[in-house]
Amino acid sequence: MTRRYSALSLFKEGLAGQTGWKQAWRSPEPKPSYDAIVIGGGGHGLATAYYLAKNHGITRVAVLEKGWIGGGNTGRNTTVVRSNYYYPESVELYGLAHRLYEGLSKDLNYNVMLSQRGMVNLCHSTAEMEIGARTVNAMQINGIDAELFSPEDVRRVAPIYNFSPDARFPVFGGIWQGRAGTARHDAVAWGYARAASRLGVDIIQNCEITDFIIEGGRCRGVQTTRGTIRAERIGMAVAGHSSVLAAKAGFRLPINSYALQACVSEPVKPILDTVVLSPGCGVYVSQSDKGEIVIGGGLDRVPSYAQRGNLPTLETVIAGLLEMFPIFGQLKLMRQWAGIVDVVPDSSPIIGESPLPNLFLNCGWGTGGFKAIPAGGTLLANLLATGKHNDISRPFDLDRFASGRLIDEAAGSGIAH
Amino acid sequence: MQLFPCPFCGPRDETEFHYGGDAGNARPDGAEVPIERWAGYLYLRGNPKGTAREIWVHTSCGEFFVMERDTVTHKVLSSTAFGGEHAA
Repeated sequence: MTRRYSALSLFKEGLAGQTGWKQAWRSPEPKPSYDAIVIGGGGHGLATAYYLAKNHGITRVAVLEKGWIGGGNTGRNTTVVRSNYYYPESVELYGLAHRLYEGLSKDLNYNVMLSQRGMVNLCHSTAEMEIGARTVNAMQINGIDAELFSPEDVRRVAPIYNFSPDARFPVFGGIWQGRAGTARHDAVAWGYARAASRLGVDIIQNCEITDFIIEGGRCRGVQTTRGTIRAERIGMAVAGHSSVLAAKAGFRLPINSYALQACVSEPVKPILDTVVLSPGCGVYVSQSDKGEIVIGGGLDRVPSYAQRGNLPTLETVIAGLLEMFPIFGQLKLMRQWAGIVDVVPDSSPIIGESPLPNLFLNCGWGTGGFKAIPAGGTLLANLLATGKHNDISRPFDLDRFASGRLIDEAAGSGIAH
Repeated sequence: MQLFPCPFCGPRDETEFHYGGDAGNARPDGAEVPIERWAGYLYLRGNPKGTAREIWVHTSCGEFFVMERDTVTHKVLSSTAFGGEHAA
């Protein structure tokens, strides 16, 4: 049986007719009880299970997923990895995720195809350049790589941008993060699933939570479509459906669920080798390894649990894209989709114990959950293992909404996420 | 493009409307409101999957109203003039 992926095992399997490959992860029947349950088989849930086993030695863990793993927002994002945030708390959090991403393929023995092709946030006026300089300064002071780009720098990394004199959104410069880039989103889910399964974690798909078991005011397990499963520590990482589970557990969250759309064009030859974001156009775009132009934009304006998206937002995004890159007017769109994201008033995540003791939260990532997967998993695993915050997760507790210590990144870094 | 019914102007494009929050989210009154109650009023949301009662504003005529809507199918169930739903 070939368990470890390497050039040598690929060669050996080639000689053996590819017959020795082992299933990437097991699909066991749920046991009646575990040390910890993780609800949600997306990137954050699978990463939580992996780090519980790896960092804390807790391997009697179940990941419960109502559909198939990686089928929610993990498979619906635009695959961008970055850490260009403003506040020190956010830098600690997203910086941790970014560093873990850089070593993830080796750690998981699974190629997540991290491509650090850099990302530029464009500035379209002198006022935006002043804010850009402030952001770059803040990032550098906080120890994150950042560079203030001139128009010539932008032209160097994105020559196909609309630099014509009559452009609606002229380029005055930009915020550059060279370590930013993209990763293969499905591989992140599959890699964590495989690595967690090898450490003993049970990944249970098609298993929907119908209710929580609450005894003595504490969460003691869950009722599911595949039976009752008990545990003393339960974590949930279910993004846009957090409010639905919270209602079953008897509390409310500061979350509104919205559809976030994305789309890809037909594949074309390499033309854009970086990630370009224009806050003015409300669009960010990159080119996938297959050649598709991957296009993302802002939220739909109608609260929604429908994973499809509305036409007006798609029109706005495409209009913005064509302002940035008129050359893309010839492209045909191949696919369009939406994921349901959990939007919090201060655009920062919620990590910590819920109002129901023993039930822990990892939610509120809004439009930026993918880049944070390794950190979200590490921090929720730490909470489930120890019951306590560490210095990185503490500022993101639910209690910040009563204390007023919000971490307003929508205002701080000017990144709508 | 979806049409939303304004109780005053009739069916209009969804882009003319702006979401204004949960209907029935009463503002706490009095001098001795506990901090959790304020946080609840300001931040906590029902965010239901399925039927939702929401405050909307039709930005063209400026009127606020209550719309009942299914958040999965996006079907509009009712649309009525605002009758002080924020009162306790």
